[in-house]
Amino acid sequence: MKSAVIVFPGSNCDRDLAVALELATGRKPAMVWHRETELPEGTEFIGVPGGFSYGDYLRSGAMAARSPVMRAVADAAGRGVPVIGICNGFQVLTEAGLLPGALMRNAALSFVCRDVPLRVENSQSLFTAAYEVGERIVFPVAHHDGNYQADEATLDRLEGEGRVAFRYLDEVNGSARGIAGILNDTGNVLGLMPHPERVVEPAHGGTDGRRLFEGLLETVA
Amino acid sequence: MKARVFVTLKNGVLDPQGKAIHHALEGLGFRGVNDVRAGKLIELDLADGTGDAEIEDMCRKLLANTVIENFRIERLENA
Repeated sequence: MKSAVIVFPGSNCDRDLAVALELATGRKPAMVWHRETELPEGTEFIGVPGGFSYGDYLRSGAMAARSPVMRAVADAAGRGVPVIGICNGFQVLTEAGLLPGALMRNAALSFVCRDVPLRVENSQSLFTAAYEVGERIVFPVAHHDGNYQADEATLDRLEGEGRVAFRYLDEVNGSARGIAGILNDTGNVLGLMPHPERVVEPAHGGTDGRRLFEGLLETVA
Repeated sequence: MKARVFVTLKNGVLDPQGKAIHHALEGLGFRGVNDVRAGKLIELDLADGTGDAEIEDMCRKLLANTVIENFRIERLENA
């Protein structure tokens, strides 16, 4: 699988994501700088990594979402190329309008950095096919703006269409309906606050994230 | 020509920062505060003749996230 990881000034999980992708797919992803206007020919998967792009200026993800490379990402997403946005990447995808809703300051105002249990809500997507519905998995979170909010109609639609991919089992950041990750209406864009790329080897303290990347390899390649 | 853009959270959107400020004001002994909402003020120094429609476009495309925020534009004609 030919993958690309987008790198913004202030990204800091780009290398972790690249390592996870290489581990799962056997191929190093292309690292694509935010000023690029095109993705490498034949890109089959795009990762928008975590971090603090542009120092979270204006709003988390707001500047990155308007950078040149995001037009190419939006075009690719429109053609059905799978895109994952993790943490700041999720914020970037909502700001870019590729996913509904917004990620606001955590309800308790504090930065949350710990392992959190999640419930897999959808195992039919490109990203979650290697999990079981209802399965409890543990991914770490590390964010200040992870409080997912959308209007009630949007939340109802997400739930009704099976587009909630992961839900927090505990209270983490005040997210509406405990939403940790959502899919777009065509199922090829996933945004989530927890970090699957940080749990891909036993030395990380868990391997629950590895199946996400391995599952992708099977569904995409 | 200058314009000011006020970006505020929509009604009904929980404002954790406003809540924290409210709490801190109470901690300082200010008893008469019913609620606090925090927002942003963005000052734009613009070329003469920049139209309202263009400033609104700036707000919609970048300055405000209209999923959760409202914006209000105030022109300062003589500034």
